[in-house]
Amino acid sequence: MSQSAPPRRALTAKRRRLYLLLAAGLTLAGAAALILNAFQDSLVFFLTPTELKAKAPPRERVIRIGGLVEEGSVRKAEGGLQVRFAITDLTNRVEVTYRGILPDLFREGQGVVAQGQMDADGVFAAKEVLAKHDETYMPKEVADALKKSGQWKPGQKGASGAKDGKAGAP
Amino acid sequence: MIVEAGHFALILAFVFACIQIVVPLIGARRGDDALMDAGRMAALGQFAFILAAFLSLTHAFIVSDFSVAAVAANSHSAKPLLYKISGVWGNHEGSMVLWVLILALFGGAVAGLGNNLPPSLRARVLSVQGMIGAGFLAFILLTSNPFFRVNPAPVDGSGLNPILQDPGLAFHPPFLYLGYVGFSIAFSFAIAALIEGRVDAAWARWVRPWTLAAWCALTLGIALGSWWAYYELGWGGFWFWDPVENASFMPWLAGTALLHSAIVVEKRGALKSWTILLAILTFLLSLMGTFLVRSGVLTSVHAFANDPERGLFILGLLLVATVGGLGLYAMRAPTLKTGGLFAPISREGGLVLNNLLLGTGCATVLIGTLYPLVLDAFGGGKVSVGVPYFTLTFVPLMVPLLVVMGIGPLLAWKRGDLPGVLMRLRAAAMVTGIACLATILLNDGPAFAILGVTLAVWLIMGALTELADRIRLFRGPLSASLSRLIHLPRSAIAMTTAHAAMGITVLGITGSTAWQTERILIMSQGDTTEVAGYALTLEKVAQVPGPNYTAERATLQVAAGGRTITTLYPEKRRFTNPPQITTEAAIRTTLMADLYAVLGDRQEPGAGGQGKAGWTVRIYHNPLVPWIWIGTVIMVLGGLVSLTDRRHRVGAPARAQAPGRPRTA
Repeated sequence: MSQSAPPRRALTAKRRRLYLLLAAGLTLAGAAALILNAFQDSLVFFLTPTELKAKAPPRERVIRIGGLVEEGSVRKAEGGLQVRFAITDLTNRVEVTYRGILPDLFREGQGVVAQGQMDADGVFAAKEVLAKHDETYMPKEVADALKKSGQWKPGQKGASGAKDGKAGAP
Repeated sequence: MIVEAGHFALILAFVFACIQIVVPLIGARRGDDALMDAGRMAALGQFAFILAAFLSLTHAFIVSDFSVAAVAANSHSAKPLLYKISGVWGNHEGSMVLWVLILALFGGAVAGLGNNLPPSLRARVLSVQGMIGAGFLAFILLTSNPFFRVNPAPVDGSGLNPILQDPGLAFHPPFLYLGYVGFSIAFSFAIAALIEGRVDAAWARWVRPWTLAAWCALTLGIALGSWWAYYELGWGGFWFWDPVENASFMPWLAGTALLHSAIVVEKRGALKSWTILLAILTFLLSLMGTFLVRSGVLTSVHAFANDPERGLFILGLLLVATVGGLGLYAMRAPTLKTGGLFAPISREGGLVLNNLLLGTGCATVLIGTLYPLVLDAFGGGKVSVGVPYFTLTFVPLMVPLLVVMGIGPLLAWKRGDLPGVLMRLRAAAMVTGIACLATILLNDGPAFAILGVTLAVWLIMGALTELADRIRLFRGPLSASLSRLIHLPRSAIAMTTAHAAMGITVLGITGSTAWQTERILIMSQGDTTEVAGYALTLEKVAQVPGPNYTAERATLQVAAGGRTITTLYPEKRRFTNPPQITTEAAIRTTLMADLYAVLGDRQEPGAGGQGKAGWTVRIYHNPLVPWIWIGTVIMVLGGLVSLTDRRHRVGAPARAQAPGRPRTA
C-alpha cells in the first residue's frame, strides 16, 4: 500500500492538470466560438452620408449614420410620432425615417447619430437616434465625419461629446 | 490662500509618496524596523496631506471661488449645496483628487490597522501603494491640476452638467472609486508576496478582507450607476453595455473571481500562483477603467470631461503597472510552491470553474469594449459593438456559472461526492422544476424568461439548501438548528446571503427584460391610455420653477380597476447654466413592478390640421425591475457580514473550533 502511494499521487497530479487544461481549453474555445459568431452579425459600422453613397452596404446590414440634421428637413406625421429628416455631412445627404420620441437635444443643424437599415427606396429607416449632449459638444464621430467631408469649421468645438438622449427600440 | 495651501499639500503628499516607495523597501531588504516603520508614517502623512488638499478644494466649491479654474468650469453659485459638494468629483481634476484620496486612505489603513501583518510584508505593500500614489499624484500635478487660478475670475461659474445633478450620481463615483482603488491593496499584496517569494494561507487571509471591502464598494457603485441610468436617462433600461459601464464591470468580474480563488489559497493552499495573477489583473482592469473614462477615447454617456494628453499619461501609468506587475509575476511565480491536491469534483474544482467562467466572461466583455478602439486605431473603420454582442457572448457563459453556483457550495473540499450532493439537492430541484413549469405555462414573453427564472430559483434554492444542511434544519429540534445558525461562521452566512441575492438579481434582470411593456403615444389634455392594466389620464402639463431650472411637469392620474391609485409627475427640466434639457422620469413601484412615465416634446397640430396637439408620452411597465437593486444591496450586505467574520478581525486569536462546522484555517 505504502509502495503504491507515490505513483498514484503523481498520476493524480498529472490527471488533475489535464482536467484543468481540458476545462480551460473547452471554456476558451466555447467563448471564442461565441465571440466570432457574435461579431459576424452584431458589429455595427459607422458611415458618413458620403461613405454611404460610395460603399452602398447591403440592405439587411445594420449601420450607423452620423452628421448634422439638415436645416428645414424635419417633417412630422401621425401626430408627431413618425419623423422624417435628413442627415448631412454638408457634401452628401441621406433621408431618414424614425418612429418614436426624439432625444431631448435633437435639433436642426445639430449633430446626430442614427442606427438602422436602408430600405428599398434608399431611405434610412432608423431604429435608434442619438443626439449630442449640449450646445457646444458634438459626437466625436460626427466631428470626424465633417472633417472628412472638408466642411469642418474651427468654430465648432469638436470635443468628444456624449450621447445624452437616446431614443428608440432598446 | 486656502487654495494655495491645498496645492502645496498635494505637492507635499507627492513627496511623502516618494519616501513611502523607497524607505520601507530598503528597510524590508535590510530587516531594519525603523526604516520599515518610517513607511507607515509616510503613508499616514500622504493621506493627511491629500485629505487637506481635498478639503481645500471642497471649500473652494462650497464658497463658489470662481477664481479657481476647476470651480469656474464646473460649478455655479445657484447650485444646491449637495451638488456644489458633489461637483468636486463631478469633473476630471476633482475626481482624480478623490481617486488618490481613496488610494491614500487604503494605504493609511494598512499602515494604521495592519498590526498583525509581518513587518516586511507590510513595508513592501506600503511601498507598492506609494508607487501607485506617486504616479497618480504626478498625473494630477502635471496634467490635471485642480488648483489653477483664472485671472480675471468670472462672475459666475458655467455650472455642473445637469444630468449629474442627482443624488444617485452624487454618491456613484465615490463608491466606484472605493472599489476600483480598493483593489490596489490586493495588487500591492500580490506584488509584495512576489518580492518576498512567499504565499500562504495567512497571506490569503490578510488579502481577503481588503478585496471584500473593495468588492462591496464596487458592487454598490455599479448598482447606484445603473439605478441612476434607469431613472434619470429615461430609456426605461438599467444596463446598456456602454463602454464605461463595462469598464467598471470588468474589475467587478475579476474581483469576484479573486474573492473566490483567495478562499482556495486560504483553506487549501492551492491556486496560489493563479490568485496572485488575478489580483494583479483585477487592479490592471481598474486602471484600464480609469484610462477609458478619463482619456476620452470612448464616445459614451459618461465622457463628460476629458482630454487625450491626459489619456496618454494614464496609458503610460497603465503600461508601467502592466509591464512591471506581469513581468515580476513571470519572473517569480514559478518559484511559488504549489500545494493542495484536489479532485475535479470538489469544492476547489467548483471554484476553479467559477474562476474560469468569470475570467472568460470578463475576456469577452474586454474584447467587445476594446475592439472598436483597436479597429479604429488601425484604420479599419468605425464600428460599435452593441447589446447583441454581449447577449450572444457574455450571457451564455453565465448560464453554466449559475448552474454550478447552486451545486458547488455543497461539495466537500478535496474530493466531493456529486451523486450525494445531487441527492441532497432534490428538494431544491423539485422547487426549481415547479417554478420552471409555472413559467412555461404563464410566460407571455420570449423563451429566455423560462431559462432565467429556472436558473434564479435554482440558485436561491441551492444556497438555502446548503444553509439548511449546515444547521441540520428539520433533522432535529428547531432550537438546535437555530443555535447552530447563530454559531455558524459569519462567512458561511455571508455566502448563502450573497448567492441567494444573486438569484434575486437574476430574477429582476429576467423579468424586466422579458416582460417589459412599452407604449409611446401623443396625449392631449384629458386623454386616457392603458398600459399593463393601468389606465393613465393626462390631467395637465404645467410650468413649474425649480431651484436652478424650470420644468414642464405633466400630471398623470393612474387608475386600476376603476379606482385612482396614484398620480405620476414626469418632468422635462430646462437648465440655463449650462443650457440643457433633462428628462425626469416618474416612477411608481410596487416592488413587484415599476410603472414608469416620461414626458416628451410638445406636438403642435400639423399644418393641414391633421394630427392633434399634445405631448409625446412614453410609458413603461417594468416587472421585477426593483429586484435587481434589492438583490445587489443584499449581496453587499452579505459581503459586509463576511467582513465581520472572526478570522478577519485584527488580533482575534484563533478560537477553538466553532460548533457549526470544523474550520480549516
